[in-house]
Amino acid sequence: MDDIKRKYVIPGDVITTGPYRAEENVNLVGDKIIATTVGISEIYDSGVRVIPLTGMYVPRIDDFIIGIVKSHTSLSWELDMRSCYPGILPAQDVFGRDFNPKVDELTSRLKKGDLVAARIANFDRSRDPLITIGDRDLGKIEEGELVKISPSKVPRLIGKRGSMIQTIENATKALITIGQNGYIVVSCEEPEGLLKALDAIRMIDEQAHVPNLTEKIQEMLGSNSE
Amino acid sequence: MGVKKTDIVLLDDKGIRCDGRKIDEPRNIMIKAGVLKNANGSAYIEFGENKILAGVFGPRDVHPKHLANTDRGILRCRYHMEPFSVSERKNPAPSRREIEISKVIKEALEPAVMLENFPRTVVDVYIEVLQADGGSRCAALDAAAVALADAGIPMRDMVSACAAGKVADTIVLDINNEEDQEGQADMPVAYMPNLEKVTLLQLDGVLTPAEYKKCIETAINGCKIVYEIQKKALKDKFFGDMPQ
Repeated sequence: MDDIKRKYVIPGDVITTGPYRAEENVNLVGDKIIATTVGISEIYDSGVRVIPLTGMYVPRIDDFIIGIVKSHTSLSWELDMRSCYPGILPAQDVFGRDFNPKVDELTSRLKKGDLVAARIANFDRSRDPLITIGDRDLGKIEEGELVKISPSKVPRLIGKRGSMIQTIENATKALITIGQNGYIVVSCEEPEGLLKALDAIRMIDEQAHVPNLTEKIQEMLGSNSE
Repeated sequence: MGVKKTDIVLLDDKGIRCDGRKIDEPRNIMIKAGVLKNANGSAYIEFGENKILAGVFGPRDVHPKHLANTDRGILRCRYHMEPFSVSERKNPAPSRREIEISKVIKEALEPAVMLENFPRTVVDVYIEVLQADGGSRCAALDAAAVALADAGIPMRDMVSACAAGKVADTIVLDINNEEDQEGQADMPVAYMPNLEKVTLLQLDGVLTPAEYKKCIETAINGCKIVYEIQKKALKDKFFGDMPQ
């Protein structure tokens, strides 16, 4: 597993030929495995995939996301979650089982522009993704600053076992909520800490591919505090 | 074809064309990816005297809704020439020619874009010709393909386009404006270089079967040259400062 071969690819580049399993963002044509998006290809024992460097968020069941309320019908809210499909949050999920569209006003709970921490409950491309807030730590986000980064750079922001995000949180005393869709909410009591955390997140978005980024971030956060 | 009165020497005795190129030499090509902040993907191309911008949005919701396809996404293209793109002011309203080119560009890109991954959505490609010269449809296609890749839309292959044609009874690569006006044939070709498939082939003029074959081969060679430049544009944007 450790012997992973990486290569920079653009659509149409032949990554390899041979008996590999074609996984994400690749296309199997004959015995050639071809990249379908700009990114970094990885060949390991079981298969070949491309980690995209650009593109939209593709929802996956159980993903934690942050959505922005766009509009509502009498039965559900529609959320912008940076995907090609809007997320559907049923009113029943927020009001509970005794929800009655004649009596309950949806805007009393969530208005246009509100931020919601949610999870993808169901998605199969034939219908818009269904999202839920019926879990611990999910629901309306009351305060914080919204930052957008590329969805493909979210794993880099989190770091190995959360190392990167812990570094930033410890250095700035900020609370950072990361959605898989690249929407991030940062809240901090001290304005200085907030600014530092925002800078660090933007830096990761710009330099996600640079080696030893954690050290650079540590250095940046350290030098700013002097 | 009637006899044309012209002073331009399209091809001299030494095999040099009216703009100083050899018969198998393309014009200068420069492509830059990701030039627009507000579009999901974008590209700028200078192909000889052509200056073209392409912007891509999507996949996104389809409006009007009835155009949406339940089992695949749709592709929409708008090729538009600015009023100042040609020597005499052009009416900004879409002309017959622009509508036709929008259609052929859409059909040339469609085989490459994996629209089946995004049912009920649309990918919009907007192409603005800032300055026009001969071969603007090929240049527009090249920019559009780079913009689509820049937007992260899954593609089976890049689409590279280049024209070939017949000038002074000789097959030449990449016809310019004078050669287009005064020459004998013009053949724009779009090609997927890795899959080795042609996605656009038009021909204006008359060619013998042997000339036709040579013309396609010449155009495909041109496409391969363009492909390398498209590749470089994307690699410069995404991997420019990365250690290889």
